Amino acid sequence: MAKDPEHVHMEHDHMTIPKYLGVFAVLVVGTILTYWVATIDLDFIFPGANTLVALLIAFTKMACVMLFFMHVYWSPKLIWLAVVASFFWMAIMFAFTMADYFTRATGVFTT
Amino acid sequence: MQSADVIGSGFSETPKLNYLTNGTTLKSWLLTKDHKRIAIMYLISVSVFFLMGGIYAATIRLELLTPASDLLETGTYNKVFTQHGILMIFFFLIPSIPAVLGNFLLPIMIGAKDLALPRINLLSLYLYWLGGAIALYGLMQGGVDTGWTFYTPYSTTFSNSYVLAVGVGIFINGFSSILTGLNFIVTIHTMRAPGMTWFRLPLFVWAMYAVSLVMILGTPVVAITVLLVAIERVARVGIFDPAIGGDPILFQHMFWFYSHPAVYIMVLPGMGVVSELISNFSRKKIFGYEFIAFSSIAIAVFGFLVWGHHMFVSGQSIYASMVFSFLTMVVAIPSAIKMFNWTATLYKGSIDFSTPMLYGLGFMGLFLIGGLTGLYLGAIGLTVHLTDTYYVVSHFHYVMVGGQVVAYLGGLHYWWPKMTGKMYSEFWGKTSAMLVFVGFNLTFFPQLILGYMGMPRRYAAYPPEMQVLNIFSTAGASVLGIGMLMPVVYLLHSLVYGKPAGDNPWRLPGLEWRTSSPPPTENFEKMPVVTWEAYEFGEDNGLDLEEDRRRDLAPVG
Repeated sequence: MAKDPEHVHMEHDHMTIPKYLGVFAVLVVGTILTYWVATIDLDFIFPGANTLVALLIAFTKMACVMLFFMHVYWSPKLIWLAVVASFFWMAIMFAFTMADYFTRATGVFTT
Repeated sequence: MQSADVIGSGFSETPKLNYLTNGTTLKSWLLTKDHKRIAIMYLISVSVFFLMGGIYAATIRLELLTPASDLLETGTYNKVFTQHGILMIFFFLIPSIPAVLGNFLLPIMIGAKDLALPRINLLSLYLYWLGGAIALYGLMQGGVDTGWTFYTPYSTTFSNSYVLAVGVGIFINGFSSILTGLNFIVTIHTMRAPGMTWFRLPLFVWAMYAVSLVMILGTPVVAITVLLVAIERVARVGIFDPAIGGDPILFQHMFWFYSHPAVYIMVLPGMGVVSELISNFSRKKIFGYEFIAFSSIAIAVFGFLVWGHHMFVSGQSIYASMVFSFLTMVVAIPSAIKMFNWTATLYKGSIDFSTPMLYGLGFMGLFLIGGLTGLYLGAIGLTVHLTDTYYVVSHFHYVMVGGQVVAYLGGLHYWWPKMTGKMYSEFWGKTSAMLVFVGFNLTFFPQLILGYMGMPRRYAAYPPEMQVLNIFSTAGASVLGIGMLMPVVYLLHSLVYGKPAGDNPWRLPGLEWRTSSPPPTENFEKMPVVTWEAYEFGEDNGLDLEEDRRRDLAPVG
């Protein structure tokens, strides 16, 4: 649906060039951090901790892109619903796949 | 604004320009933003892919006429069944109903001038063409032998065929699907005519909405999966290949997270078509409108929770298998809701056995067998015996061909007079519908028995004691092939020699029957205002359908 010009104008006001550059800087730092963390073996915390940290950084970067570059932060609730639904869907994929990995080695009649 | 009675069945003055005559140059077609023209170009394209996939199917059935591998070498046979699957699934079954019938009818059925994003719609078509061209390039260079499922590590490590080219084609084609789904959702939310509330939407539109959700949420995953296969194949990054630290079962998780819902991308639109056919050709308001509408959404949601039933013998955790098996039984419920509601709609209806209705009833019978055989495969004990046998092949074809293709043909016959303004021969239409039904059962029912006897799929040779049933199957395929080729002849014949269909040849209340045939570029001369409920055959629909019908049926002279 078409928005009134005033609303469109206000939406653009939320993000200025310095703010865009700030978000970009966060993304660059996140990338460097991902590389740096990958050089350290975090398995002493628990096996696969490196993957978890890399995923956390990636999620943070993705959230920045969606909220600010894609203006979701200032969008109507329907857009938020669409975003949350897609994360929910991704969570389904992760949860059910992990359900397989976490129980694959466990037999039915053995403990 | 225009009220229902103004745009009623008396609306018969054909506009000077309809969407077919409004520009006749090649450029006017290739750069069109009209959803109807885009739908026609999709129709031609998917038909070409269907024909190619059909030729591969005929080759498979010819090879299986005898127990020995005597027509094709085994390596060639692998390529033939792979390419049959790829062309049929990715380039015919998935796009056919949404891109052809959905594109053409969705805006008209909700009273809109076009889809919300017409340029994106044209982009979808071009992406489909580009993806199809790249996949065809791969097939012509030497083809693929991995099966349409591209299972790893064979597809990433061992196969010497054109996996990458075909993968890129499917990857690009996926974006066409996503954009179509996005377009439909935005259109349904924002472009409905005044008075067209959510619960006045035709059930075909509800089905399109549900399938669009699946397209948007599922397709990116298969695109990423294909990309990961390419990365592993080219850069040897260990993702799926256990030799370099990957897990082949991860591929199956990711592939089926999309590809099981893709089954619903294929069959949900078919269910939408059948809801239209059953209600309209019973001349009765559909039984349980809300239940059918929400069962489409329920299928879209639950369809995402059952993918592990493709992996019961893959090495997947038995606990995960139990959960997936239970959820597989659950997803049968919304499908059963539809079947029961269609049956209840038929009860005491004034049933008209026209060609589209024959296809609709055929769908009900075939989908019933397809659905019930799926329950056997969803049971984790029995499926060990049936996995990778012809039982699976038959079940899948009962749902996909008996369901989707039959519904597509039904929809095409139903809306053909609207799309072209011409009526086809009812005699040949009915003959074709019955040949398809008989030929289909003759082809695929023996395969259920063969599968239960243990005949494995994807082999060019089989034990001699299985030949009789295979001969039945090949004979059935010949009948099915004739039944499916016949519409090409008589529908094309109708374009030139067919009788003018009129605006409302079936005497129905839906919005698409209240504009001219073929419709003008803007779909309606004036913006319609909807004051009637969906499938309203009473006096409230603003038309005098029964009077028109009586006049049609009255003896001449």
